[in-house]
Amino acid sequence: MDQILGNISLLFEFPVVNMKIIVDGLMIGALFALAAYGLALVWGVMNVKNLAQGDFVMAGGYIAWWLEKQGLPALLGVPAAFIVLWGFGWVVYKLVISRVIERDLFTSLLATFGLAIMMAQILNLLFGSDTQSVQLEYDTLYFIDGFVDIPIAKLIGVLMAAVLATGVIIFMKVSRMGQAIRATSQDSRAARVLGIDTEKVYAFTFSLNSAICGAAGAIIVMVWVIQPFYGITYSIRAFVIVTAAGLGNLPGVIAAGLGIGVAEQYGAHIFGIGYQQAIAVLLLLLVLLVRLLQQRQMRQSLQ
Amino acid sequence: MSAKKVIFYIAILAISLTAPFLLPDFRTQLATLWLMIIVALTWDMTGGQMGYNSLGNIFFYGTGMYVAAVIAIALVYDVSDYTDAAAAGGEIFKFTDTQYFTGMLLGIIGAGLFCAVTAVIIGYLTFGLRGPYFAIGTLGVAIAGGELVSNWEWVGGGQGITLPVYPGDFNVGKLYFYYLFAGTGIVLFIFLKWLYSTRFGEAINAIRDDEEKAEAMGLHTLRYKLTTWGMAAFFVGMVGGISAFQLIHFEPLETAYQTINLGIFMVVCVLLGGKGTLWGPVIGAILFHVIKEVTWNYFLGWQWVALGALIVVIVVFFQDGVMGWLMHRKPEWFGIRVEEKEPAVAGVNQ
Amino acid sequence: MKTLTALGVCLTGAFLLYSPIGNAMDCEELTLGSAISLTGKYATNGVHAKNGYEFAIQKIKEHGGVKIGDKCYNFKVIYYDDESKGDRGATLAERLINQDKVQYMLGPYSSGLTKAIAPVTEKYQIPMVEAEGASRSLFAQGYRYLFAVLSTSEQYLASAVTLAAEKAKEMGKDPSEVKVAVAVENDPFSLDIRAGVFEDARKLGMQTVIDEKLPRDLSDMSAILTKVKLLKPDLLIVSGHSKGAATAVRQISEQKIDVPMIAITHCEAADVVGNFGAAANDILCSTQWAETLTYEDPIFGTAANYEKEFKAAFPEYAEKTVPYQTAQASAAVYVYKDAFERAGSLDKEAVRDAIAETDMSTFYGNIKFSTAGNNIAKPMVLRQIQDGEYNVVAPSEFASHKVNWPRKPQ
Repeated sequence: MDQILGNISLLFEFPVVNMKIIVDGLMIGALFALAAYGLALVWGVMNVKNLAQGDFVMAGGYIAWWLEKQGLPALLGVPAAFIVLWGFGWVVYKLVISRVIERDLFTSLLATFGLAIMMAQILNLLFGSDTQSVQLEYDTLYFIDGFVDIPIAKLIGVLMAAVLATGVIIFMKVSRMGQAIRATSQDSRAARVLGIDTEKVYAFTFSLNSAICGAAGAIIVMVWVIQPFYGITYSIRAFVIVTAAGLGNLPGVIAAGLGIGVAEQYGAHIFGIGYQQAIAVLLLLLVLLVRLLQQRQMRQSLQ
Repeated sequence: MSAKKVIFYIAILAISLTAPFLLPDFRTQLATLWLMIIVALTWDMTGGQMGYNSLGNIFFYGTGMYVAAVIAIALVYDVSDYTDAAAAGGEIFKFTDTQYFTGMLLGIIGAGLFCAVTAVIIGYLTFGLRGPYFAIGTLGVAIAGGELVSNWEWVGGGQGITLPVYPGDFNVGKLYFYYLFAGTGIVLFIFLKWLYSTRFGEAINAIRDDEEKAEAMGLHTLRYKLTTWGMAAFFVGMVGGISAFQLIHFEPLETAYQTINLGIFMVVCVLLGGKGTLWGPVIGAILFHVIKEVTWNYFLGWQWVALGALIVVIVVFFQDGVMGWLMHRKPEWFGIRVEEKEPAVAGVNQ
Repeated sequence: MKTLTALGVCLTGAFLLYSPIGNAMDCEELTLGSAISLTGKYATNGVHAKNGYEFAIQKIKEHGGVKIGDKCYNFKVIYYDDESKGDRGATLAERLINQDKVQYMLGPYSSGLTKAIAPVTEKYQIPMVEAEGASRSLFAQGYRYLFAVLSTSEQYLASAVTLAAEKAKEMGKDPSEVKVAVAVENDPFSLDIRAGVFEDARKLGMQTVIDEKLPRDLSDMSAILTKVKLLKPDLLIVSGHSKGAATAVRQISEQKIDVPMIAITHCEAADVVGNFGAAANDILCSTQWAETLTYEDPIFGTAANYEKEFKAAFPEYAEKTVPYQTAQASAAVYVYKDAFERAGSLDKEAVRDAIAETDMSTFYGNIKFSTAGNNIAKPMVLRQIQDGEYNVVAPSEFASHKVNWPRKPQ
């Protein structure tokens, strides 16, 4: 308790800490948002809840890490992971996801849970359980007497995330496929009647999700560390963000991602870093509860 | 009950009671088998019979472990002294035989009661969540529980708790734990067989088949849901308590709140055996446990890949489980063995 | 099938005829059992330990096996994967003892797993020589069949505390002015290190300014390092197995943390020099064993020789420093060889007593067990990473280099 109060008083004693926490939180949140981004799509369009989301992220990270070890430039890992995970996503869709779309929701949840266990273990067997990272040879920028530090590598990562996110939003608005995806998410039956090949739309959406995750992983390996079993961390964050933002609301996902990043950093500062996972999960429960109360109110007003 | 059935049940009971003598080298594995049967049966109470798929029942297992241990310790010593000493390698706290057995008895019962109450409280908050949100919400409760306990120094934090060893001959000790698990399992089975034949059983089946309609017909659904989950949590908490004493040392994240191990195994067992039937979870647990014990160690690292693949395959291709498959192939068998055939079939195919 | 059997008989016969007497080839098998982490959070170090066991078995075989009476034996280990989970480890220990009829056990990786398995081996009165469970609480339970070749974990970073006090005195300050920051993983091993550091720090009257626990899926500790910047401790201690070491070294350099003394564990296992280069400079690392120490024995030769031959046998270590987790695992197997030969029989109790009376020098250090079962003849050493080299700086009787102090941000 004393420690918690002490930590809170630090925030007031040194206001610059808040700057540091917010900057760190926004950077971490940007990557959470990216991982959640694809989930929002898949959830909204095909009503599949992918618990293997974080493991796709890790897979992307390992691809980038492996390529860098082969002597390729580190930044190339991002497009490479995007492409490889696209293909992987397509295979997963054809083998598993396409068979659970029409089933009840618990089925997709459990099937992707099985997938998550499998993927984490395969990564472990292929790459070992050491934490891995890619060191970029860039400087770190320092602000406010060196107190707030922003490694340029992190900045590049966040910029890439932003470019990718904007790209997807534009793609959804402008392209034929994007329109087909939006149409399917609104009413899949009507879309089919109008001649949209929903099967193709689903396959595309899931592959896109997987590819975005892959790119997120490739960025994460440059700024933090990855480990085969860290997937669950990103899956939980992705669920919190999407549940909070609502389905198919991509700008909302970004906002929620950034918010959760900052909230977690504050939580880690005040309660201690040991509570980080607990805080994320409790946020998820809180968001679910709020949604529930909203639903209840709606039901009452209907009655 | 027909004569055939009486013989069948007596044979099963006889096997259960003599198993540790028939296979003396496998006593601990047999005790674990009962643990799997119990958690599978209790998972099916909400998941199969009521249509609420929880991914967080492991929360009650872990909580049961901690409650039982804390009660047993608190009866004799100060809990924080006990856990501090364990951390620093200080003095050992001794328990007399009476203290050990009273502590265990009260601990196990206390664990069951505590978990039942907790289930009602959590259920009150989460049962409004429908479908996958309920699964995610309960999974969240289990993960949060483990994380919070691992940061709670009063109960040893990440160190976990070391309980005293069973006093007396350890072979007797193994039999003792076997019969504790087996006894709980048999009581649970008989209880469920009775429960599913009552109006209560029909009511929770109605909730599974169409909750809105059940409510419209005047069923107080929340009350049924809370009671069912509370009863399930009672049994899970109790076996958690028994496990705590059997394992001696346990720690929060990997042993007590083991979300992706036992927490997911119980669901796999039920799906494998057949959701929404009385025998399904039992058959599933036996199949799963035997396959696991026989093959698991020879995969050397690949076992989790195999488990993940097994889950995917069961969920995608074989969701009706052994019982569903049998019902499909040999419907005439179920005229004899399983009473509640109609609702079970409906539930499986929903 | 028949042809195969016939072929087998011929081959065995051929070996019997042509191999010189005393060659380990015709020794019988002596089975040891071990549940070790091949998956889960301890998998990295579990594999290090397993490699250490295997290497020692190979070396002992090359030196004529284990001679008991007029017979000779080769060790063979049955491994199971405990998935880094205590309950699994305990089940597997029972399986090894009951179904595989193993009479002698080698330890698992980590204090937590050893804590879970030790009650089982104790119940069955099966000796277990372990090399990877350092928590003091293991040796306070009165176990009779548990022996550990390594130093207990409260000693890991105790010399860092002493060193910080010495430096404070040199600067004309009282040790009680030293501020300590501690960040350890929330698991039995690291918590025991924390307890040891606190004990020593309290004796010297030092103040603790940060006391944080790292989660098991740690990937970012900037929140802690920010506090370090504000509270300016004189000694920063981090312990979180390999991932803790990797994350700490990376972020300490990113955030330009300026603490005069930083001490961590598991530097070699995380290969912080290989991964982070200069960023790791002047960090202190505790180690059970160093290849530069002057220990020696007839099987493995000197510590340096152990490292050389181990790298030849396991090429994946060629680019790294051989972690002490491997060396101590080999030492555990060596203890068994020595004890079997002194006992002169395969009788379990005789072997247990022989282990208890062990008093030997090995490439890993001297080994002599207290009545509680821990090794009291070998000190921990503290190394500093100086220009990419691990140099022993404390305790003074082993130091080959002077400590660089204060550390400058890299």
